Amino acid sequence: MTTYIGTATSRIDGHAKVTGTAKYAAEFNAPHLAHASVVGSTIARGRIARIDTSRARSVPGVLAVLTHQNRPPMASDDSAYKDDVAPEGAPFRPLYNDRILFSDQPVALVVAEEPEIARLAASLVRVEYHVDLHVTDVHRQRHSTFALEPVERLDDNPFAPPPPRGQPEHSLASADMRHRAEYFVPIEHHNPMELYASTVVFEDEGRLTIYDKTQGVQNVQRYVASVFELDPSHVRVMSPFVGGAFGSGLRPQYQVVLAVLASLSLKRSVRLVLTRQQMYGLGYRPAMLQEIELGINAHGALAAITHEATTVTSQHENYYRQETGWSGLLYRSEHARYAHKLARLDLATSCDMRAPSAATAVYALECAMDELAVALKLDPLELRLRCYSERDQHNDRPYSSKGLRDCYRRGAEAFGWSERSPEPRSMRDGTELVGWGMATGVWEALQVPIAVRIALTANGHAEIACATSDIGTGTYTIMAQVAADMLGLPLDNITVRIGDSTLPQSPVEGGSWIAASVSNGIATTAQAIRAELLHLAKAVPGSPLRDLAPDDVVLLDGRLVSKRDAAHAVSIADVMRHGGVDRIEQEKTASFHHTGAHSHNTHSAVFAEVKVDEQIGIIRVTRVVSAVAGGRILNAKTARSQIMGGVVWGIGMALHEETLIDHTFGRIMNADIAEYHVPVNADVHDIEVIFVDEPDGIVNPLGIKGLGEIGIVGVAAAIANAVHHATGKRVRDLPITLDKLQR
Amino acid sequence: MTRTSPQGRAEDGISLPEKLPVAITVNGVARQLRLAPWTTLLDALRDHLGLTGTKKGCDHGQCGACTVLVDGRRINSCLALAVMQDGASVTTIEGLASNGVLHALQQAFIDHDAFQCGYCTPGQICSAAGLLAEGRAGSAEEIRELMSGNICRCGAYPNIVAAIQQAMGQP
Ligand code: FES
Ligand code: FES
Repeated sequence: MTTYIGTATSRIDGHAKVTGTAKYAAEFNAPHLAHASVVGSTIARGRIARIDTSRARSVPGVLAVLTHQNRPPMASDDSAYKDDVAPEGAPFRPLYNDRILFSDQPVALVVAEEPEIARLAASLVRVEYHVDLHVTDVHRQRHSTFALEPVERLDDNPFAPPPPRGQPEHSLASADMRHRAEYFVPIEHHNPMELYASTVVFEDEGRLTIYDKTQGVQNVQRYVASVFELDPSHVRVMSPFVGGAFGSGLRPQYQVVLAVLASLSLKRSVRLVLTRQQMYGLGYRPAMLQEIELGINAHGALAAITHEATTVTSQHENYYRQETGWSGLLYRSEHARYAHKLARLDLATSCDMRAPSAATAVYALECAMDELAVALKLDPLELRLRCYSERDQHNDRPYSSKGLRDCYRRGAEAFGWSERSPEPRSMRDGTELVGWGMATGVWEALQVPIAVRIALTANGHAEIACATSDIGTGTYTIMAQVAADMLGLPLDNITVRIGDSTLPQSPVEGGSWIAASVSNGIATTAQAIRAELLHLAKAVPGSPLRDLAPDDVVLLDGRLVSKRDAAHAVSIADVMRHGGVDRIEQEKTASFHHTGAHSHNTHSAVFAEVKVDEQIGIIRVTRVVSAVAGGRILNAKTARSQIMGGVVWGIGMALHEETLIDHTFGRIMNADIAEYHVPVNADVHDIEVIFVDEPDGIVNPLGIKGLGEIGIVGVAAAIANAVHHATGKRVRDLPITLDKLQR
Repeated sequence: MTRTSPQGRAEDGISLPEKLPVAITVNGVARQLRLAPWTTLLDALRDHLGLTGTKKGCDHGQCGACTVLVDGRRINSCLALAVMQDGASVTTIEGLASNGVLHALQQAFIDHDAFQCGYCTPGQICSAAGLLAEGRAGSAEEIRELMSGNICRCGAYPNIVAAIQQAMGQP
């Protein structure tokens, strides 16, 4: 009875987005709105010696200049600043004291009647610093790291290095062939198109309504209430539309603290929009160094994998994810060992960025696999098939489903992989060298407890409410599709409300977990609606449904219908009229019982073609085929876009993206969206997305796995491998810029 | 070691620039504004006229989110001072649909899912409208090149190209 699930449905918020009526955080208004501008630190580490705000305050129209010395009170305990997804350590507290932890850290906030006045006055704040020595170079810090303890069981800490298995050293020593190399991915910044912003509306009795750019309205709501010791019921956080975030909006960002600070101080509504430059102080994908060693026996089966990673965090928090374990998960290997070290730098804390850890770790692994294939004179795809793992070896259990073989097969067919000539530099198109490379991708199918409220009215309309967000992922649309099917209503009769902290509980939107979680949440609540309708229906004299249980009926075309005999049906409108109600409302929480019997993962096979102009070294990614095993696809149209977006990110990771720091000053040099290169339209050519069938009745009742991350994983490796195939040059540090090809 | 920033300035007493009258026709409606010379066309639209459909993604002419049509030509409105547009006719995303009927580009963007978060979208659509008026784009390759001033971090580029082709009446 599915009508909408799985179809290519256009976004229900599409009209709002193409007409400019969709409103983002900086676009909400309030009477007497004041505007704020941030003054950032010019040093990377030290203390504020003195701040002179007199000239800034003398500018007509300036309302206040807030610093750590005159700000309203804020909580004094680290625990108050711990948001739902904070890592270990002491969270950064904006304008809290005189300590400078990173360059461009906010040191003062100017609030004025007009944004331009605030901006001018911010340039007039004079700050004197006591400067301490800083370090921002991961290469300099690589020998002063600290190691994360491996765990016995990954369930204890899914981000720690997994337990070793077998005797990897011994096995490597006796392997027929070994490959060892180091791979590097630099710091990358998310750069969502929308600038980080908060509009704080100051209401009666000091109640605050905050329009914030965030991936988690309830996370921000709890955090703001805790930092400012406010009655949580007086703080409401809204983000009906989010102009991209990619992980940067999982934690509350400093602009919301500063905007609230200003609003509380002035008892006025305040808007703060960060500049693109300031957004480089919000968090980033940590740079990572990875050393991978693979040992293989003569018939192409992996004997051992060792994977050692160093990633970057701040001086005050320990951010890390499962950096190393992907290797021993993706391929069968009896022996494996992992190590993960953190390097502290004088930067803001690193944070999640699209497919955190998998994007980087799998890049390294998949390049190493390619190098091994070249050394063995084996087709890279054939090597993957020989090392295919049917079980999750970390936890020694099967997958709930794993369609990776189909991804390899269908991806290779669509790409024409069998036409590849194996020798590097053997394929040409006119003056250009042509390279074909491939790689595997893997991510986790996660799910989280979530609550959904459904209000069904007698006229056959339903409102679906949940405090999750749509950061461009298509959440609005898939929620409407699932609800329409579960309630048996046309899509147009469904209204979706999200992005409001007063709605039913939802965790932050990230990790690709919302599609599965919220869809099953809708199904659970729809069940309760159906049960209530059936209860009412049985009260109707002579009801054809009187002997049926809730599982014996479905909702279809505005009617409650017996599954046994479709002629036995009653209309929702009649049932509700008879029962004397014009609206039924249910709110249920869906939780997911993980028995531990299976592992839940998504997979992909990525094939890339590059063309390289050898004279000047320009690399173009002319074709990418991404074949994805991601469980049940809810919306063929938006799902394809998700994967396509991930592929574009992979192109950026492979060829463009790199945050450059002047280590003398500890300051980011390319903190804007022209000098920090992201792919533009001309960089992106043909992208073909394939979803292989992957029915999965175990992962969750609807068989959904989520797609936000898997699209990027493996792409950079496929491109790097294609570049090697085209040129014979192996570049092991990203991005692969033309100077590296000329070396 | 101590360091001070920014360098102090000699002059004292800050005065604000005088506001000047500006007449702009926006989406066919004549508007009279009094604006400081430092107000960009983008901020005039967003903050003074409440037309927040035009987006700010960088304020530096780097991303294209602020693209509008001025006298039919696409420009980055963050790089234009409003006072210099006196007498100009500006079309923003809010002015593309007529009588509730979407512009062919708007419909094509929906049909081809040519956006995700939607933040770059008004700029993309206005830029595409300018491109069509220029009559320079034929092939997909040309569209890609001539749309490269509009960044889409969500990576909807192939769909954007397909949408523009649809609006151009190409298959
Ligand atoms: S805001 Fe104008 S180009 Fe980015
Ligand atoms: S749709 Fe998000 S930036 Fe283009």
